[in-house]
Amino acid sequence: MENYGLINQLAQYLITGITVGSIYAIVGIGFNIIYNATEIINFAQGEFVMLGGLVMVTLVHTVHLPMPLAFLITIAIVTLVGLLMERLAIFPLKETSVMRLVIMTIALSILIKGLAMFVWGKNSFALKPFSGDTPLSLLGASIVPQTLWIIGITVLLVVLLSLFFGRTIIGKAMSACADNLEAASLVGINAQRMVMLSFMLSAGLGAVAGMIITPMALMEYDRGAMLALKGFGACILGGLGNFYGAVVAGILLGLIESYGAGLISSGYKDALALGALLLVLFIKPSGLLGSAEASKLKKF
Amino acid sequence: MLEVTNLKAYYGGIQALKGVNLSIKEGGIVTIIGANGAGKTTLLKSISGLIRSKEGRIVFQDQEITKFLPRQIVSLGIALAPEGRQVFASLSVEDNLNLGAYLYYRRKNRSKIRTLKEEVFELFPVLKERLSQLAGTLSGGEQQMLSIARAMMVRPKLLILDEPSMGLAPLFVLEIFKVLERLNQRGTTILLVEQNARAALRVAQYGYVLETGIVILEGQAHKLLVNEKIKKAYLGD
Repeated sequence: MENYGLINQLAQYLITGITVGSIYAIVGIGFNIIYNATEIINFAQGEFVMLGGLVMVTLVHTVHLPMPLAFLITIAIVTLVGLLMERLAIFPLKETSVMRLVIMTIALSILIKGLAMFVWGKNSFALKPFSGDTPLSLLGASIVPQTLWIIGITVLLVVLLSLFFGRTIIGKAMSACADNLEAASLVGINAQRMVMLSFMLSAGLGAVAGMIITPMALMEYDRGAMLALKGFGACILGGLGNFYGAVVAGILLGLIESYGAGLISSGYKDALALGALLLVLFIKPSGLLGSAEASKLKKF
Repeated sequence: MLEVTNLKAYYGGIQALKGVNLSIKEGGIVTIIGANGAGKTTLLKSISGLIRSKEGRIVFQDQEITKFLPRQIVSLGIALAPEGRQVFASLSVEDNLNLGAYLYYRRKNRSKIRTLKEEVFELFPVLKERLSQLAGTLSGGEQQMLSIARAMMVRPKLLILDEPSMGLAPLFVLEIFKVLERLNQRGTTILLVEQNARAALRVAQYGYVLETGIVILEGQAHKLLVNEKIKKAYLGD
């Protein structure tokens, strides 16, 4: 492998970093959606990703549904889980502090993880790639097609979400609820509906992340916590509530991990990524793309 | 237009309103004056549905709305510009206005929204210059204008204002009261709650004086202005 040059290796790490980072970015955006509508940090976000992966595995390899259909059904099922979660656990607590709701999401993540273990067991599951696994070659690095799916879908999701929040009145209404619940209800916004919507959107988004990463990284019942941690890292690093921030920071975390693992040691990759997170927060507490002005208005 | 009968309301566990009667006729400006903690804000929040624990009767245009939700009440045409400039701070001025017309968006009435915005800009030209600025970065007076403008985007039949002059420079206060008079001339009925009793009684036709949750005095505004008791307690003479 001596002739496998450094440049090629670096390119390989770059691809891996962007791929992993895209997943962190999507999870980070999921955090942001619920945060922007409710000021809740939903620690069950990683569980949506895990469920997305495992439900997809079952639908494709056990029920033998075609991939595109399984993809849509998985989104529907996990979105429903998000909806139930909000209706059964968040909504009934309505007039309580945000902090209690955050703790509630931690409880829910433990519950969902337990149920998943009950259903799928403790094994890791593989999922066949979306379009074969013959590697393509780019800059001397070999890329499995799934990589392109991950990056492409992430880009698509970011574009769709920025249109939704930037251009539609429902998207604006969701932000208004986060900003000032009382004023939002005074202009006729159904705030409860918006909170529900944010959980559904976030769950569906998590499901997509789970489905696209499973062919590359397998999936098991307890993956959620680590994904949530990294996604949360991306969300904080990029500036809480900021979509583009989450994307930039997610990919940055992915790259740090990938280069850290390749050039230093794979044992340090989490430490390096989280170390970078701490460093940025020491220097710029509002995150990379967060404005200090906006963060003054926030609870966390 | 609006009839409030024997309204009792509870705010944070205490009874803030102890049986308030209030009547607003279409087309006028009515003011409620009173000291801090008299129950003025509670009264307004009860009318607009933000306070749920209440007894009594609130009737708007022959329809009982006592148990209605805020979004139902606003869709009937009662808009509240809340106290303390509660704008959507992290959204732009334009988005704040658009959200004021949220109900029209739901009804897909785009041309109506454009007309409403033009009207608002005519009354508050400064908002037009600040369209893309985040509402949280406006000055206090501008935020107050935006809060009123947002409520106007509902095109309300009854516009309720909670302390529009609070914390503002006298020049801004004057400007805001001028706008209220113009709005009223165009047919909007106004319920105005103010600590600045003199200014409020000058623009209103009728006034109520609220003290510890009950109306202690009511009457035509120009008579209240010369009432000895009111002069001592609220006008600082």
